[in-house]
Amino acid sequence: MCKMYKEKLKKISENIWEIPMINGMLVPGRIFFSEKLLNNLEEDALKQIANVARLPGILKYSIGLMDMHVGYGFPIGGVAAFDIEKGIISPGGVGYDINCSIRLLRTNLTLADIGKIGKKELLHSLFRTIPSGVGKGSKLNITYKELDEVLINGAQWAVKKGYGEKEDYIHTEDNGKLPNANPSDVSQRAKQRGIGQLGTLGAGNHFLEIQKVEEIFDEKTAKAFGLKKGMITIMIHCGSRGLGHQVASDYVGLMGKEYGWPEFDRELVNAPIQSELGKKYLSAMACAANFAFANKQMITHWIREDLKHYFSNIKADVVYDVCHNIAKFEKHLINSKEKEILVMRKGATRSFGRGRKEISEDYRDIGQPVIIPGSMGTASYVLVGTKEAEVLTFGSTAHGAGRVESRTSARKNISADKIKKELEKKGIDIEAGSYKGIVEEAPEVYKDIDEVVRVSNEVGIGKLVAKLIPIAVIKG
Amino acid sequence: MRKYKFLEHTADIKFQAFGNSLEEAFISSFDALKEIIVEKNRIKSVKKIKLKVKGNDLKELLYNFLEEVLFLLDAKDFIASEIKNIKIDVKKNLFEADVLGDRVSNYKISNDVKAITYNDMSIKEEKGKFIVQVVVDV
Repeated sequence: MCKMYKEKLKKISENIWEIPMINGMLVPGRIFFSEKLLNNLEEDALKQIANVARLPGILKYSIGLMDMHVGYGFPIGGVAAFDIEKGIISPGGVGYDINCSIRLLRTNLTLADIGKIGKKELLHSLFRTIPSGVGKGSKLNITYKELDEVLINGAQWAVKKGYGEKEDYIHTEDNGKLPNANPSDVSQRAKQRGIGQLGTLGAGNHFLEIQKVEEIFDEKTAKAFGLKKGMITIMIHCGSRGLGHQVASDYVGLMGKEYGWPEFDRELVNAPIQSELGKKYLSAMACAANFAFANKQMITHWIREDLKHYFSNIKADVVYDVCHNIAKFEKHLINSKEKEILVMRKGATRSFGRGRKEISEDYRDIGQPVIIPGSMGTASYVLVGTKEAEVLTFGSTAHGAGRVESRTSARKNISADKIKKELEKKGIDIEAGSYKGIVEEAPEVYKDIDEVVRVSNEVGIGKLVAKLIPIAVIKG
Repeated sequence: MRKYKFLEHTADIKFQAFGNSLEEAFISSFDALKEIIVEKNRIKSVKKIKLKVKGNDLKELLYNFLEEVLFLLDAKDFIASEIKNIKIDVKKNLFEADVLGDRVSNYKISNDVKAITYNDMSIKEEKGKFIVQVVVDV
């Protein structure tokens, strides 16, 4: 294969690489990879970075983070920001799983408490309580009118209905409710796909994990986030399910019809931010994001209810809830002037430093908690957002390990039984909807999460706070 | 005979599907999608749904047809088993077919296909053989 972009990569400084402006790029590409990660750098992902750099109104750089790999249109692990007047919005810059996101709960339990009940027992119980898998599966029977309220109010709707507390959504990006969400911009088809899926985990790479805080790197920040060594945490990873997928599909089609398909990649189809259609997509995207926030809020509530059967004084507070696939209007310095721009993060996490008003008050003097999940069976990390990230990456860092091996080759080369045994050897139990799911999410098919967060820390776009290791996993 | 094959793709699933006509190639692409969703499980044909899909070009027609399978799965508790009486009007970009299938809840689903994508999509005719290529987001 031709390695045009790889050959053109220029080292800017340790861990930072540039793709110069070629082939009609309006800005250079910026890649955040260590020498070690370069072994898994895909030419096609670089090509996607370059394609994104050709989109009108793009500002500063087309960015690829440490976990970057090939996506559709935009790479996964990609960040791009656009001028509001001249720029565009693309559903491909957000992804099909709108607001696929991560929530971390801290508990008042230790491994010894879990041991008294038995890990397997707890895992079975949670697996029964939290609906997962494909299709409908929701425990609720809501009306379309209620669904509209979910789309407008997100996690705040769920709390109002008795699923959890105000503190939960205060510790969620945008207070669990993206503004300017008008349900009439969401198609009936999307609503039909979503209505039976509210409060479900889904399948694929979505999961629920019971973890232990293994190591603290930054005592002061960890304390502010309420984390200490030995504490049991729970991580929830899910998104907007069929509703979000359909919103993306619908607007890909509508934008193709209205503005034509980009000749270099259909998935980069877009509309001007200021256009009617652009505004409608952003509104529908906000609705889908709110669906995802409500989803996790309800799952949080059910986890608490379930754990109450075993631990009457259980506490499971939200540390933070971060979006991975989203576009947001934010203020950043452009040519040393503060300006409102549209930032698209696709498989990337916001990583704001202290002082930003978007961060909940109790963390504002510290910085935003950044939660980076590992792959199944490997460590996850809590980091803290930084001012450097705001300068280098529009306030963003990685969202996970990033895949390196295809699902097809994973299925050929890895057996589910072997993975299960290896996980058990490490003391990790697993419940999954399917064996195929276990194989395709095996630790071997992902990049080394330790290296991903090490580079984030070294570059300074997200500083290490704590390491969490899994003790039990539920895979959708 | 299996008329499709899976290709390497890092994050998602890519396949090529074949046929002696465009209609056959579309049906093969459905078979590939079905294998992703339920692996080799046999789905019973107990219900029939009439499907009508429009597009602005052939790629959109393929996209919209396959997406309909996902829609039925999420919204109608319906897992498709086979496609019958398929008609494609290339000039008008219209697709019609009968979709047979069963309730989703009767089966084990192994993969949550989030969306069909246009990434690397192609529809080609070579010496009277049709080849379609699709990447799905999982």
